[in-house]
Amino acid sequence: MKVLITPLVKNERISKNIYRLSVEFYSKIKPGQFFMLKTTDNAFLLPRPISVNDVNENLISFLYRIEGEGTKKISSLHENDEIQIFGPLGNGFELENLKGKTAVIGGGIGIAPLLYLCKALGKKADVYLGYRDKENMYIFDEFKSFVNRCIVVTEDGSFGEKGFVTDYVDYENYDTVVTCGPEIMMNKIANNCKAQNIKCYVSLERRMACGIGACLGCTVETKTGNKRACKDGPVFDSEELI
Amino acid sequence: MANLKTNFMGLKFKNPIVAASGTFGFGEEFSKIYDLSILGGICSKGLTLAPRSGNKGIRLWETPMGMMNSIGLENPGLDKFISKELPRMKTYDTIIIANLGGHCEEDYFEGIYKLNDSNVDAIELNISCPNVKSGGMAFGIKSSVAYDLVSRVRKICRKPLMVKISPNAENIPDMALACEAAGADAISLINTIQAMAVDIKNKKAVFDNVYAGLSGPCVKPIALRMVHVAAKMVKIPICGLGGIMNANDIIEFVMAGATLVQIGTANFIKPDIAIDILNDLEEFIDTENIKSLDEIRGII
Repeated sequence: MKVLITPLVKNERISKNIYRLSVEFYSKIKPGQFFMLKTTDNAFLLPRPISVNDVNENLISFLYRIEGEGTKKISSLHENDEIQIFGPLGNGFELENLKGKTAVIGGGIGIAPLLYLCKALGKKADVYLGYRDKENMYIFDEFKSFVNRCIVVTEDGSFGEKGFVTDYVDYENYDTVVTCGPEIMMNKIANNCKAQNIKCYVSLERRMACGIGACLGCTVETKTGNKRACKDGPVFDSEELI
Repeated sequence: MANLKTNFMGLKFKNPIVAASGTFGFGEEFSKIYDLSILGGICSKGLTLAPRSGNKGIRLWETPMGMMNSIGLENPGLDKFISKELPRMKTYDTIIIANLGGHCEEDYFEGIYKLNDSNVDAIELNISCPNVKSGGMAFGIKSSVAYDLVSRVRKICRKPLMVKISPNAENIPDMALACEAAGADAISLINTIQAMAVDIKNKKAVFDNVYAGLSGPCVKPIALRMVHVAAKMVKIPICGLGGIMNANDIIEFVMAGATLVQIGTANFIKPDIAIDILNDLEEFIDTENIKSLDEIRGII
């Protein structure tokens, strides 16, 4: 694996504070893996861990939300500007573990990595997408051709169903659940799955410095001791987590 | 052709660039990115006698030109290091230094005995750990406390011994002298600077431990001063670290008196940065027609 300095093919705003950035990349990537992204100046020191949103032949895209100065700086880059990318990192989703009827549940920016996953699952999954409101929605329409069913929920009901995405999942219909989003949402989903004896995989987000398992900044407590979100995750069997 | 070979504590380093403790794990992850034999050496993740699971809560925080960490010495313990990590590290064809911490003198002594019997090349003694017997004040704050610890460690330590000095020490020149008098073969400085971050939305400190260690380019001017001050005081060689990002920074540390240097936070910023730094360092000394870094060491 190498650190690449590569020109941006695109970096465009697609929703209120959400941008899609694409670069050329020529190695295999698993759904759920991420890259460490950084501007080539040292305006901000630490690279930002950003999940892979989609892969189209040799073009990969990342979706990121402007959270602080680092992501804001990345959003200011233009086409052909150089960016430092390092990856793919993390375990990603094991497709062979996602058995039977599968629900893919995303909330907020956690929806980003689920598009590539749904594509890989091949029309098998029902996807549940939770957004704050219509203004903050993004890529929901891109899921439709890759999933069995697409349910959109907004907290204020300004689009699709109203409320929390967790209110709309009929767990008994599924053998496996995959989720990525706010921890409070994933916790609720993991608890529901446990109660109904459904396999549940969660993709976690953590602060990271190295992205490869050396700095121990992104530790996750599990039943078998500390694990690293960057190297042992970001995808975990929810049963493993404390 | 640039000659960067460096003798330090009786060990022959290929070049003066060493990966700093806590930023490089045990090398395994970085060995998949580049050939670690280009490095002068590697300092292991900070080790303790027993395994430690580290601190809870947020462990990392970025600051302007730096970062703070509060990892809490998470490590697998010395036995596992010696049986599992060290044999692999020894295949990297570079000098392997074990960074050893402890929370009481006995921890350090037992750790030294275990490392004496291993094939590690040298020991870096982390004296920034809180001493449980003196209310949690780190061993490295008061020179007299550090002297007691280092001299007792020295008596039993059969490996080259480098003491890592904390910038939080009450008096850097006294501390450097105390370590030298206690029999250290070298000193390394600086460890991270104790610092603080506040989460104003939640009206609390960012870190569960309130204070955390600051590193990165923002600490370099302070590190340079401390290396310079220490170099004027002691005859034992100095390993300088603190915010080194490129070859020019290394030259600055060498001119301030360092023999060896460590790269820490920079490993996070670009994981293969040591390759760039080494190439640039070779180019610099060729361009400047410097035959050996000895020519410019401590010239300021």
